[in-house]
Amino acid sequence: MADDKTNAAAYWKANLRLIIGCMIVWAFVSYGCAILLRPLLSGIPVGGTDLGFWFAQQGSILTFIGLIFFYAWRMNRIDRQFGLGE
Amino acid sequence: MSQFAINLLFVGASFALYIGIAVWARAGSTKEFYVAGGGVHPITNGMATAADWMSAASFISMAGLIAAGGYGASTFLMGWTGGYVILAMLLAPYLRKFGKFTVPDFIGDRFYSRTARVIAVVCLIVASVTYVIGQMTGAGVAFSRFLEVPSSVGIWIAAAIVFLYAVFGGMKGITYTQVAQYVVLIIAYTIPAVFIALQLTGNPIPMFGMFSTHTESGIPLLQKLDDVVRALGFQSYTGDNGGKMNMFLLTLSLMIGTAGLPHVIIRFFTVPKVADARWSAGWALVFIALLYLTAPAVASMARLNLMTTIYPEMTGQVDDYEAAAANPIRYEDRPDWIRSWEDTGLITFTDHNNDGRIQFYNDTNPDFAGTEAERGWAGNELVVNNDIMVLANPEIANLPPWVIGLIAAGGIAAALSTAAGLLLAISSAISHDLIKKTINPNITEKGEMRAARISMAGAILLATYLGLNPPGFAAQTVALAFGIAAATLFPVLMMGIFSTRMNSAGAISGMLAGLVTTLLYLFTYLGWFFIPGTNMLANTPENWLFGISPLGFGPIGALANFAVAFAVSRATAPPPVEIQELVESVRYPKGAGMAVSH
Repeated sequence: MADDKTNAAAYWKANLRLIIGCMIVWAFVSYGCAILLRPLLSGIPVGGTDLGFWFAQQGSILTFIGLIFFYAWRMNRIDRQFGLGE
Repeated sequence: MSQFAINLLFVGASFALYIGIAVWARAGSTKEFYVAGGGVHPITNGMATAADWMSAASFISMAGLIAAGGYGASTFLMGWTGGYVILAMLLAPYLRKFGKFTVPDFIGDRFYSRTARVIAVVCLIVASVTYVIGQMTGAGVAFSRFLEVPSSVGIWIAAAIVFLYAVFGGMKGITYTQVAQYVVLIIAYTIPAVFIALQLTGNPIPMFGMFSTHTESGIPLLQKLDDVVRALGFQSYTGDNGGKMNMFLLTLSLMIGTAGLPHVIIRFFTVPKVADARWSAGWALVFIALLYLTAPAVASMARLNLMTTIYPEMTGQVDDYEAAAANPIRYEDRPDWIRSWEDTGLITFTDHNNDGRIQFYNDTNPDFAGTEAERGWAGNELVVNNDIMVLANPEIANLPPWVIGLIAAGGIAAALSTAAGLLLAISSAISHDLIKKTINPNITEKGEMRAARISMAGAILLATYLGLNPPGFAAQTVALAFGIAAATLFPVLMMGIFSTRMNSAGAISGMLAGLVTTLLYLFTYLGWFFIPGTNMLANTPENWLFGISPLGFGPIGALANFAVAFAVSRATAPPPVEIQELVESVRYPKGAGMAVSH
């Protein structure tokens, strides 16, 4: 039982660590690159405009998709690793 | 065959398909009615979620909003997709593990409180009903434009179709109908976009076309668009607009509002396993992105097409934009698509300076006043409704009539699929949370099914009534729906999963704090219950608290919710041990199969 508890706690910690990492990328591409840091990216031209605009209208969405699939894939591995999958 | 007959054929065929699916997928038990039996494949569920999510507003209005707002309107793109990252990581898997039917069900059980359950039902109903009004009016507009019936008749037809497949099929019928509706709406959206991208840039993929070279002028499309709109006094299309804080807050509000909207959350209860809930969120976003990555391309290309139609000399390579702007098209030479949209009143022309030409420019820009006087212009002469950007696209690009029929079917599919999802969220909250869990716990399965169907029928009648007699605030409803979902349901779900210490007193006071602050802020600027003239402060940036727009207030309400809930829960006793164990168990996927067999 004690082992179960520590195992479960470690699983939850691994999950939280993965979530925090993904959420940092999530915030960085959308709030960062597309909005707040856009002036810094204005020197990088992309198809008639700059990288910030690309992130605002395309890049963030593509990154979001990548993040969810990465998360789902990593979590499946973590589920198996801790024996908590279905 | 006339355009009308073609539209009728496409819309009629798609309706026959939806009803056929509903008959095939009749719900036989409450489990089938609420969660489609719980055995939906993650890809199927992703497709249904995408149709559920993409409303008439996404299909018809979003590209127009982006065309008008350029870079500033990116909030809609990021906000309405970024919420799925939150859903996939912070909500969907745990709520699926919990294995109940509705969102208030989780809140009521997790916070062991009937009061919490009822407050959640109220928040859910306010958020969903305000949202469904827009869907019904949207369906009415689409019908009246394409089937040439009055908009009120259109709303009745829409109500009858939703009634047929939602009342009998429940979640099971809705799920498979939404899959069909997704296919119809995405084909309808992308086909015209592909042709327009080909015409303008030679690249058939719109999302790449928008960043490539404009064929006729030889310069990048977006640069061309910036040049053209600036020459006419409009704000640069890709340029920064300054209002970074509100752009930030509005994006955040749309993201957490998306994650908190009950009709989206309940879709994740239909998959068999916790892992499937994670995958399913990813698939939902893939299917949503097919439209959301195309929309900005449609927007920029439609805007450029519109400008070069009015100013033909701006089409090719231009050395002198001043000279090109002096020669707008003669009114009598306007293309057919402008003529046909003038009939609907969505494009209007007034010849202010009586020169027989269409001057289309930004007459509200003070820096442009000098140029305006120099050219002898006496005000903007063309008013174009944003909503026609998607609907008029096939005509602007001279596509065959069947594409217009397809767009008609797609727009109606988008409105109906979202309306059905919202109506299901409302009716299951009433029949399951209010009737079974609060008023009459002894109700039989059969009785609960009947209650679910009656409340669904009632919800459809209410939605139809509100669609026919939209309250004055119809335009503000999206802000309200997102604000409430963001400020009440989202924080309480998050705390229910991530804090074992959160108790019922904290959750209840938090929800009330979020609800009250958000409503007060919206009512202060938009009028009490949105009744015009009762607002205490004018809705202008100078009056806003710290410059926060009412549209972007959701995250602030959520913050109030978190803060109050945290403070109250620390000051009161921790939740009972069995609840703390329940929260622990929600965190681990193992045993979700057991949890579903309620």
